[in-house]
Amino acid sequence: MPDERAIRILEEKVAELRRMIEEGGLELSQELEVLEQRLQQLRREQYAKLSDWDRVQLARHPERPRGLALVQKVCDDFYELRGDRLGGDDPALRGGVARLGDRPVAVLFHERGATPAEQRACRGGMPLPTGYRKAVRIMRLAGRLRLPLVSFVDTPGAYPGVEAEAGNIAGAIADCLATLLTLPVPTLAVILGEGGSGGAIAIAACDRVLMLENATYTVISPEGAAAILWKESSAAPQAAQALALSAARLRKLGVVDGVIPEPVGGAHLDPQATAQALREALLGHLEELASLAVEELLALRYSRYRNVGIRDAKAKTG
Amino acid sequence: MPIRRDSKERYVEVELRRGEETLWERCRACGELVFRRRLKENNYICPKCGAYFFLTAQERVVALIDEGTFQDLTLPLESTDPLSFSDRKPYRDRLREAQETTGLKDAVVVGRGKLAGHPVVLAVMEFRFIGGSMGTVVGEQLAHAMEQAVEAREPFLFVVASGGARVQEGVLSLLQMAKTVAVREQLARQGVPYIAVLTYPSTGGVMASLASLADFTLAEQGALIGFAGPRVIEQTTGQKLPPGFQRAQYALSHGVVDAVVPREGLKGELAHLLDILQGVPSA
Repeated sequence: MPDERAIRILEEKVAELRRMIEEGGLELSQELEVLEQRLQQLRREQYAKLSDWDRVQLARHPERPRGLALVQKVCDDFYELRGDRLGGDDPALRGGVARLGDRPVAVLFHERGATPAEQRACRGGMPLPTGYRKAVRIMRLAGRLRLPLVSFVDTPGAYPGVEAEAGNIAGAIADCLATLLTLPVPTLAVILGEGGSGGAIAIAACDRVLMLENATYTVISPEGAAAILWKESSAAPQAAQALALSAARLRKLGVVDGVIPEPVGGAHLDPQATAQALREALLGHLEELASLAVEELLALRYSRYRNVGIRDAKAKTG
Repeated sequence: MPIRRDSKERYVEVELRRGEETLWERCRACGELVFRRRLKENNYICPKCGAYFFLTAQERVVALIDEGTFQDLTLPLESTDPLSFSDRKPYRDRLREAQETTGLKDAVVVGRGKLAGHPVVLAVMEFRFIGGSMGTVVGEQLAHAMEQAVEAREPFLFVVASGGARVQEGVLSLLQMAKTVAVREQLARQGVPYIAVLTYPSTGGVMASLASLADFTLAEQGALIGFAGPRVIEQTTGQKLPPGFQRAQYALSHGVVDAVVPREGLKGELAHLLDILQGVPSA
């Protein structure tokens, strides 16, 4: 993380000055303005120097807008659907129907929980097989009712536990992918925080994939890569760099279609503005996708995924 | 690869063999020196203790496909190292070493041949090539294999030996999950049967995509089948793993596979299935 101490000190000063103005009616607005400008400047400077590892921290920031609270800011009238109809309901992967602009949509999102009790129940946003089976159920519903699907991705990964394996987590993720890739409606994913491996792509393999500026999308956590390849956990920052997990790198690789800028300093500093930017980006892409005939949409999607990485596997020379 | 002993199953893992020609092979499970030809005749199973040796992709092809019928359809592709990845060692060096060890350009062999007289298109993964991991080349080869099966209207056989997605190609590897699943749907649309054979190991990204979506799924006895590796589960959750966890019998009892088959019975079992499926897909 960039050194936030200087920023924190300034923030406190600004807050103090505001209080003095409000309570004491003192005429200090000019001083306040100067101080606020310095604060913005400092944030911009720090922010411009972010490493990929810093972004990993921002993506995981405890105050980052995510889960139900963010979905309710981006969409109107979210109505949650519960249960996979096969015997379970996972709080770590949620979904339902909502209005987005003038359209009804189906929505899926990872949930990390707002309270400590919820956070425990959500296992830090790591879904069980039943979560992915509920996602399949909601995808199918979207297909039947011709609702575009909007998927908000934010997970460290699927839950690596005995009960997940006993419930065939691999098969549940594979079914999710198979359903999503053939869904006869526009599909749109946005990586909000962490796009962790199979647990993320299960609901992210969409017609369009967007990322928030400081979100990450990766085949393995930097810590995991450090342990496997560097054989030492302290190499996580290097691994983050090597994995090309940032929105900017992935945009360059052609893996994501758009990067949504965050407020200077990170999305957590202004959740409302983040949600607004997100909403506008989603509406724009939905508009474009909705204008395509189903056959065209499916052909474009097939071509996108059939050909992914094809440039990166080259013909053997000699 | 450490020795893995499973009390419930006869299967014991032994270390990867290198390509060098030796007359004798030491079983890492029991220490017995086994004459190589004897080992081959015995399906690469230790005659003393019953441990299964890892099979190379080529050995697997020889074990399953009728002599003289195999036609190699592997595309002439190799990774461009799209991320210029380097950890303690550059990815390019790892690729070159794996290529030297295996004689392959990447972790899969694709071909066409007859299995007990039945024509099939098959893809066989090579575990010695960076853990049988799936990157852009493996994804493309698997897509190609399935397209060949659709074109020839012959069943697709996928022999899995993979630890998961290839870390060194980052999200591009992750996206190969979506790619292979997308092409798998073409088999379904065309009514072409897909049979998966899960061997040691069938885990991670390959298992969470193509390998889990077969019409028929056989597990070689002792196979490791799952998503997260046992060590990751222990470290992340602190859970104690039940005996036989993620092994073939466990997969069978948890509804993940249709049958557990000993190595020496695999070809016969597949032939039986293909007998039943004769006429599928219809011409």
